[in-house]
Amino acid sequence: MLPCTGRIDESLLLTAFENGADGVMVVGCLEGDCHYVSGNIRAKARVKRVYGILDRIKIGPDRIRMYNLSAGEGSKFAAYANEFVEKVRELGPSPINLVRAGQARAVSQKEAT
Amino acid sequence: MITGTPKPIEEIMEMVEPYDNIILAGCHGCVTVCRVGGEKEVQVLASTLRLAREAGGRTIKIREVSLERQCDPEYVEQMRPYVGDYQAVLSIACGAGIQFLAEKFTTTPLLPGINTGFLGVTERQGEWSERCQGCGDCVLHLTGGICPVTRCAKSLFHGPCGGSVQGICEVDKSVKCGWQLIIDRLKALNQMENYTKFKPFKGWSTARDGGPRRIIREDMI
Repeated sequence: MLPCTGRIDESLLLTAFENGADGVMVVGCLEGDCHYVSGNIRAKARVKRVYGILDRIKIGPDRIRMYNLSAGEGSKFAAYANEFVEKVRELGPSPINLVRAGQARAVSQKEAT
Repeated sequence: MITGTPKPIEEIMEMVEPYDNIILAGCHGCVTVCRVGGEKEVQVLASTLRLAREAGGRTIKIREVSLERQCDPEYVEQMRPYVGDYQAVLSIACGAGIQFLAEKFTTTPLLPGINTGFLGVTERQGEWSERCQGCGDCVLHLTGGICPVTRCAKSLFHGPCGGSVQGICEVDKSVKCGWQLIIDRLKALNQMENYTKFKPFKGWSTARDGGPRRIIREDMI
């Protein structure tokens, strides 16, 4: 949890994928409603840059998405979260996790023999 | 500042393909200001490379470092204690910094992570433009502070050519005619007499035409 999405930078988002995330959902305040003036606008630009990076390295841009809502919109937050989780389920595990799972399987097979 | 642009990730991946253990070196100088080779860019590129490599089934170890400047020996030497432990150094400093690392660490391959651009200024966030070609013989006092070598596509010294139409250069509609800018500025400064002053031919030996250049300041040695 960060006090403002303006703190997010590209490396933070990429690190989530390195740490095994299949998808990353960034939730910021409504545009024009940032307590720090433009934190969510900056975050939007950074998320957009990460779309490009994920696309080029074949992990896919659909695994990251930014939503904007106010702190009072709990039901909307739940709906967005469900929508994104469903989307990531459709996409399946990230290529990183598939490779790691394959390596883990190979190691356990080796240990068994 | 010296500007630059990131190399495509595909090109960088191809460069680092033979290696499994590298240093990724940024610089806190110009390339930090133009957002192409600073500490943040090191973090982003390192993560990107690790993810891309692992998605392809191989891992890569990357030591992330950012030197104060890659063009000064005292900072470059900070890498010496550990540079030999790595197979290559990927530098995202300007071409000068990358070459300086290569000169200092002779047994380690150096890889460029950016394409170095030009000596320029920040127009606004995300936009830079060229101002100086380092010709070594500055005439800005005669040209209203606007460089004919850089701002004129042909580096003319006697005024606009026939390709200047309504203040726009023929090479590109987004490029203003350098000489139109100079004349407008001289008029505004009431210095049009500078335009008519006889200037002997420019000696280009102080520019790149004279080969790689050196500055030796005897008073500082």
